[in-house]
Amino acid sequence: MVSIFVDGRFMGETSEPEKMAANIRMKRRSGAIPYQINVAYNKHLNEVRILTDSGRVRRPVIIVENGVRKLTKDLMDKLNKGEINWDHLVKTGIIEFLDSEEEENTLIAMHDSDITKEHTHVEIDPSVILGLSASFIPYPEFNRGDRVNYGAKMVGQSIGVFASNLLSRADTKSNFMIYPNKPLVKTNAYDILPYNSHPNGNNVVIAIASFDGFNMEDSIVINAGSLQKGLLWSYMVRSYEAEQKRYLGGQEDVIGIPEAGVRGYAGEDAYKHLSEDGISNPETSLESDQVIIGRISPLRFLGTMDRFVTGLENIRETSLRLRHGDHGIADRIFVTDTTDGTKLIKVLVRDLKIPEIGDKLASRHGQKGVIALIVPPEDMPFTENGIVPDIIFNPHGIPSRMTIGQLLEILGGKVAALTGKYINAPAFSSSSEKELREMLREAGYRNDGMEVMHDGRTGKMYEGKIFMGSAFYQKLDHLVSNKIHARSRGPVTLLTKQPTEGRSKEGGLRLGEMEKDCLIAHGASLALKERFDSDKSTISICSECGLVAMTDKIKNKKICPIDGESKIVDVEMSYAFKLMLDELKSMLIYPKLVVKED
Amino acid sequence: MSEQSQKTSNELPPKLMGEVEVVVKEKKLNKANAEKLLERIKLEYAKSKFEPAESIGIIAAQSISEPATQMTMRTYHFAGTAGIRVTYGLPRLIEIFDAKKEPETPMMTVYMKREHNNANDAAKLAEAIIEKRVVNVIDKISINLNENSVELEILDKRKSDSIEKVISGNIKNVTVKGRESKIIVSMKVEDIKELQKLKEKILALQVSGIKGIKNALVRKEGEDWIINTIGTNLSDALSIKEVDEKKTYTNSIHETATVLGIEAARSVIIREALRTMQEQALDIDVRYVLLVSDIMTFSGDVSSIGRYGVAGAKTSILARAAFEETIKHLVRASIRNEVDTLQGVFENVMIGQVIPAGTGMFDLIVKPDEEK
Repeated sequence: MVSIFVDGRFMGETSEPEKMAANIRMKRRSGAIPYQINVAYNKHLNEVRILTDSGRVRRPVIIVENGVRKLTKDLMDKLNKGEINWDHLVKTGIIEFLDSEEEENTLIAMHDSDITKEHTHVEIDPSVILGLSASFIPYPEFNRGDRVNYGAKMVGQSIGVFASNLLSRADTKSNFMIYPNKPLVKTNAYDILPYNSHPNGNNVVIAIASFDGFNMEDSIVINAGSLQKGLLWSYMVRSYEAEQKRYLGGQEDVIGIPEAGVRGYAGEDAYKHLSEDGISNPETSLESDQVIIGRISPLRFLGTMDRFVTGLENIRETSLRLRHGDHGIADRIFVTDTTDGTKLIKVLVRDLKIPEIGDKLASRHGQKGVIALIVPPEDMPFTENGIVPDIIFNPHGIPSRMTIGQLLEILGGKVAALTGKYINAPAFSSSSEKELREMLREAGYRNDGMEVMHDGRTGKMYEGKIFMGSAFYQKLDHLVSNKIHARSRGPVTLLTKQPTEGRSKEGGLRLGEMEKDCLIAHGASLALKERFDSDKSTISICSECGLVAMTDKIKNKKICPIDGESKIVDVEMSYAFKLMLDELKSMLIYPKLVVKED
Repeated sequence: MSEQSQKTSNELPPKLMGEVEVVVKEKKLNKANAEKLLERIKLEYAKSKFEPAESIGIIAAQSISEPATQMTMRTYHFAGTAGIRVTYGLPRLIEIFDAKKEPETPMMTVYMKREHNNANDAAKLAEAIIEKRVVNVIDKISINLNENSVELEILDKRKSDSIEKVISGNIKNVTVKGRESKIIVSMKVEDIKELQKLKEKILALQVSGIKGIKNALVRKEGEDWIINTIGTNLSDALSIKEVDEKKTYTNSIHETATVLGIEAARSVIIREALRTMQEQALDIDVRYVLLVSDIMTFSGDVSSIGRYGVAGAKTSILARAAFEETIKHLVRASIRNEVDTLQGVFENVMIGQVIPAGTGMFDLIVKPDEEK
């Protein structure tokens, strides 16, 4: 007897498991039971498993019966004409969804030509093994698997047109490309999905060559002329919002230009560009830390006396400023109300991002790189036809990574550019290299895609021929202008007196534990001390009790709260250590400092 | 420094001196030239020594851990490999420096004495030392409820007698009878549960071999026939008369320490750590491993690099508290009225003072009176 489990729960036994499973499948295909049910007979475990629950990963395949696929030519024609649809095929038992359990009971043919009597299913197309991002990669089967994986990952980071309604959205941060292209070398996914309204890169003329070593270690040399013409330009839009909050006691924020005398007033200049309603006008150019929306708030914590003090001393400036390190132009401004009925203002700030040195670009084959040099077009290499590449890619990126798909894409892109026809290269059924070479030859080019080239600076012919063609490049959302950061002096945190952390807070770069060890290993003790002096402070210590003493500012005297006017010594130590002593005291440990004077 | 130690510290170690002598003999150097060579070597030797105040501990740690990070990336690529699994790579390195009581894959390399150094003897010994329990030598075992007995069917009938002896010798209050291919062990019991326990007990009895040796394989290495074992029991292995007790070796540090002493354990640490690195084609200087192994063994016991070993033995409270178990150390120090003299490196980093290492080790002392 074979046990039957439904969603993991024991339900009964059967003596004819195979027949039972076949029966369930037949009923599912005829539509008598829901199509989401899967059944698997697990021979070695003596179990029949019926699964109906949610969360299983299932995939569609075409059913094969007696060596004949059920999705016939006839049905395909109807499908193409739009007479029937996908749901119809699922309902009538032509296509079914398998889960991982049921898959174990099947024999699935890859192509129609592979079908034998034993086969139960046939794949819709071999390329369906790829997911959404990976199916955007042309010639993936010519690349090593990991490169396809990296490529798919980077498609997701590319700057394109993320939504067709982007002009009416107010995302916290978004990027969109200004002049995107459709790739010359495409896959089926580009046709099936609404890619035309969501393009994500530019077709570039790419030469695989070195350029005085400026493109070593995966960096990219790019043509300044192409950049001037709009190659890979994009906008970054960030939205800033300010609310006119109401507080207990009837007080509320005021959005407007703050009056002089308010706590935290930044000076007249800081509010100059605001219009009288306190909001910067559209198309105002804004710099880092500049006020976007002027606002004042009542003091939050009123002391006993403060309560009776009204007027300017009791009002704080809480203007909204541009993020530290950002630039931009005020774009659209929304003035609206929140659900609580308070006034809400959203300002979108746009910033044009023209590719610059340090921006990250990538092809679709996991070949990413950083722009290292922008060359004037007249200095770029050129062919005898006068073609100048947009990008020079280092040949060392190819042999170890073995991205042959990239080379084929360049070849295909060249053919597409010359013939004016897209090249289709989906996984496992792309046009052959031979065809591409033939088409190149017909167009009057060398069939291997190589070109005789000249140095733009000297005009001399290069000894070697250079592989050149057209490829699709993406600009990834790792732009230097959003990351560049440096600091010499700057803000410190209140608690530890150590520098703040992070670019947006103008923070320092941490010299961490391991870096500290390196300084010790070099014996650079004084350099180490200097590095860690950021929170250096002089603390008065009572030599009697070994605790921190205090300074009486009125008498200008140092006294110990315990021992009174005892001998008090000034000790230089890191503020963090003083903080630790305080924390020890809070856990009832008496950290007595034994001090002596030099 | 005493005059004696001053003298010896400038001299070369005996091994290096020996090498110099060989060169002198081979090149047929005259006395003056030999003297010159020796001077030069002494100079180079002195140059290669660590400077005073150089942080060799941190340099050793970095020199070992940098290649170890390389290992992390490689080690896990062997997932799912069949066959004898041996811990190597980073997990093994961690095991060594953590001084784990038992290695994950304990192993011995048994060498044969010269007169037994042949395939035949080695194979015989290998077979003999594998631990065999009753479970491994029986065909069937059943409980006879009528007669309150456990019945065993033996695979090899010739061994019946010895198995009977083992059972009667190790389990009390039972009668053991041999009948044809069966051994019947009966016992006076009140509860069937006891029979079940008896069955388990019998199955776990050791019949032959050395305890702990799960498998043994004979291999030829150069001229030697050696036996590689899975599982280790050094003291029992060394007491076998065919075994060469001078070369036989186990990868268990603690077992070596108990059987052969702390010096031997130190060599095992060095050997195992170096071998682990070299297996991955990573090259580190022996001296770093020597330093670590010395630190791990100089107390006379094998102590680990970590909270319960070397790091936990630091004198400074603050340094210990900064490492692990902060509260434990602080509270203990507070209860015992301990004093931190702030003489170590980490304490001084903490309080923001110049560390007593490297350039910070020295102070300029001026004695104006003696200027004349």
